[in-house]
Amino acid sequence: MGISDIQSQGIEGLDHNFLTAPLEKLVNWSRARSSWPATFGLACCAIEMMATGGSHYDLARLGMEVFRASPRQADVMIVAGRVSQKMAPVLRQIYDQMMEPKWVISMGVCASSGGMFNNYAIVQGVDQIVPVDVYAPGCPPGPETLLHAITTLHTQIENGELLKRREANGGAGAGMYIEQLDGQTLSIGAA
Amino acid sequence: MGYLAGFPITLKKWFEGVTTKNYRAGKGGKSDVKAPKPDRLHGRHVLNRYEDGLEKCIGCELCAGVCPAKCIYVRGADNNPTDPTSPGERFGFVYEINYLRCIHCDLCVEACPTEAITESKLFEFSFEDRKSAIYTKNELLVDEDGKPQQLPWEDWREGEDKATSGWMRATAPSGDSNYVGKVAWSGELGYGVRQPESVELTIKPKSGDSK
Repeated sequence: MGISDIQSQGIEGLDHNFLTAPLEKLVNWSRARSSWPATFGLACCAIEMMATGGSHYDLARLGMEVFRASPRQADVMIVAGRVSQKMAPVLRQIYDQMMEPKWVISMGVCASSGGMFNNYAIVQGVDQIVPVDVYAPGCPPGPETLLHAITTLHTQIENGELLKRREANGGAGAGMYIEQLDGQTLSIGAA
Repeated sequence: MGYLAGFPITLKKWFEGVTTKNYRAGKGGKSDVKAPKPDRLHGRHVLNRYEDGLEKCIGCELCAGVCPAKCIYVRGADNNPTDPTSPGERFGFVYEINYLRCIHCDLCVEACPTEAITESKLFEFSFEDRKSAIYTKNELLVDEDGKPQQLPWEDWREGEDKATSGWMRATAPSGDSNYVGKVAWSGELGYGVRQPESVELTIKPKSGDSK
């Protein structure tokens, strides 16, 4: 490691040492305290998400009050609600447009696994499209459940590695492989 | 001066105190409190035991059959006659609930003939992967004292395990017409027997009604 690495690869060329470790902690600390969510309310879970942002639970306590309409300014995507097959490419596009580092909370059972809508119209788990970091159960999850999920995510961010892309770690999410009808096998993490 | 009329409301709000609850999932210290839960909130399930420690579940799979989200998986097995797990012939050998499918509708609680499965008031939990969202019998079953297990990724608070037993006993007569409007509470480890009590209707007929 050296100046040349940093010049060629940016900050990602930095190795771990006694100087960068506190820096890493500091950056993770600040990231966990200002992770702005992208507005991605899809169904009734969005109502609870709004309630979490409201005065009784107040996401501003966690530095998350700014729901960004533009994915380029958002850090966390809270997928709130069932994802239909038609919505799936849109969701993936918004995820792709978000800047690294980015995280995904799958809020509610419909986003997490399709819930009670086990049919042709609903994606059976949003982790088939995007890598999910935290799942919040419930139908819908109450504001406190969502806050629990957010706190779990913050712990993950604080303990996570700086500047390591998800693909380098084999991808997050369920690590599922879907057998395609034409015989191809797609890895979700590598997609 | 009419435009000043709105300002007293703003001023009044300054002195009304803070409505925000500082809930931080157990990481916020003393001020970290939960809002009081409604009596009929449906939270995480528990599998109950009788007062002698035997399990209530008989492996009949009615809960799995009635579940609209198909999140319960049950397999029954025959009891060992010398060392039974539950009274009767069969017991729940495998019992799994997938909390990424469960919609907490409590139909399983209403369907259960032995009051084996009830819901607690615990609703603060989240998972980092799909596998840990599937609760097995080891996690759902109450402990030796009849209290629900407090798993490390759940946010239990003091006194919350007292509200574990089902609300449905107040409303569902389990098909018996003698128990319409009454609570029938069979013996349960940790909570004992509760006397039948009449239930007051919250919506009373108006005085002007002819009925």
